[in-house]
Amino acid sequence: MQYLLLIYGDENAWEGMSPEDQAEGMKGWVDYTQWLKDTGAHVAGDALQPTTTATTVRVRGGETLTTDGPFAETKEQLGGYYLIDVDNLDDAIAAAARCPGAFGGTMEVRPIQAFDEEGNPS
Amino acid sequence: MIRVLGDFDLAEDAVQDAFAQALRVWPERGVPTNPGAWITTTARNRAIDRLRRERTLADKTATLTRLAELEALGGDEIDMSGIPDDRLRLIFTCCHPALRMEAQVALTLKTLGGLTTGEIAHAFLVPETTMAQRLVRAKHKIREAGIPYRVPPAELLPERVPGVLAVMYLVFNEGYSATSGPLIRIELCDEAIRLARILQGLMPDEPEAAGLLALMLLQHSRREARTGAQGEFVVLEDQDRARWDHDMIDGGLALLDATLARRRPGPYQLQAAVAALHARAPRPDDTDWPQIAALYDRLAEMTPSPVVELNRAVAIAMADGPERGLALLTPLEERLGDYQHFHSARADLLRRLGRADEAAAAYRRALDLATNPTERAFLERRLAELRAP
Repeated sequence: MQYLLLIYGDENAWEGMSPEDQAEGMKGWVDYTQWLKDTGAHVAGDALQPTTTATTVRVRGGETLTTDGPFAETKEQLGGYYLIDVDNLDDAIAAAARCPGAFGGTMEVRPIQAFDEEGNPS
Repeated sequence: MIRVLGDFDLAEDAVQDAFAQALRVWPERGVPTNPGAWITTTARNRAIDRLRRERTLADKTATLTRLAELEALGGDEIDMSGIPDDRLRLIFTCCHPALRMEAQVALTLKTLGGLTTGEIAHAFLVPETTMAQRLVRAKHKIREAGIPYRVPPAELLPERVPGVLAVMYLVFNEGYSATSGPLIRIELCDEAIRLARILQGLMPDEPEAAGLLALMLLQHSRREARTGAQGEFVVLEDQDRARWDHDMIDGGLALLDATLARRRPGPYQLQAAVAALHARAPRPDDTDWPQIAALYDRLAEMTPSPVVELNRAVAIAMADGPERGLALLTPLEERLGDYQHFHSARADLLRRLGRADEAAAAYRRALDLATNPTERAFLERRLAELRAP
């Protein structure tokens, strides 16, 4: 089964860190990504630019409404994701618990909803 | 079944089909030598039928895989000795931390087959429709989020234990004081004790698992004395203590003493300690009520709940007199106004104080809420005694 691991954290924390801590932090992410690849779970993964670069788009009454900033202002922001393929929720939780984003931040684990060609859930 | 099918609803339907067929076939052809195996085999065949039908509708890969697995199981060689494990596996699946605690408990009670949605709703003090919704949501999440059907690996066991213990406790409680029918449903109590024993064997270092088992043994030891010759309810102080199961008491006390010695107390151990003080009293007057009140104090610190407060108030009433107990009950009315045992406990204290009219009113409130016929009969008897002293 595929799961999306959504990584939420305080995006300002990174800027407050010393260059040494940042380097160590970055190594943690690289190692984690490599571990996911080694176990065969890794499908995709990316970090996101901070919410200061976000744009929210809505279409209402045929009109496109574009606003600056993320959809919701929260204490923790979506900062990245991994798409993984594992056997079950326990494995997905175990993978999430190893992610550097889980330490201090919050991981949301969501199963992927797949559809067949006719659009039926599969 | 569920392990093979990977689908609660399919397994439930298949097993229900099998029972329905048993009702038709057994009266004609007699009960098979191994009824359990008969049900499992029939349910398996029913599931295959259902899956084949599904396959003709949509050629789903998952359906085909499950079908292949089921057919590979064979017909007659299904191992019935695997059932205890299956049940425990089921409990652990239902007690997955990704489900809400209440849903964990409710789902287990439902899927274990012992309780109806109405009975579970009763145990949680919520409307039946609310409980039905919770069950549907929990099953949906198990299926869609890929919660595995298995006893989890050792490193995952500790976080599952609170839910598993809560489930066993509620199964036992429903057996100890059934929503409907006879007062005690022995089979539910026995099942809860059996599962608690397996769990305690599985996790000998978990003091609460031992505490819960000890609690159940000590409560269940009174089963014969809790009803009289006509099946009427007998309160603790009126019970014939010679009819208590003293072997079971000894087992419970030994287990509890060994567990308390580890000095890692928890709610189940404390409740077992209360039950032990009752079990150790040769006569009702010998009961160490101040100690029981002190145990409820600790319990209220650990797991604050109005029901614990109620028990504490009753213990204090027994230790220091009904007036003090009554004063402690009054502020609980707001939260326990719909709880039968609040009103029956209050009625009992008023009766002891000789305040007959108020006691009668409280018994009537309890009667409005009581569902078990044996308990209703008891309350009506008390009410009648008040009118004709």
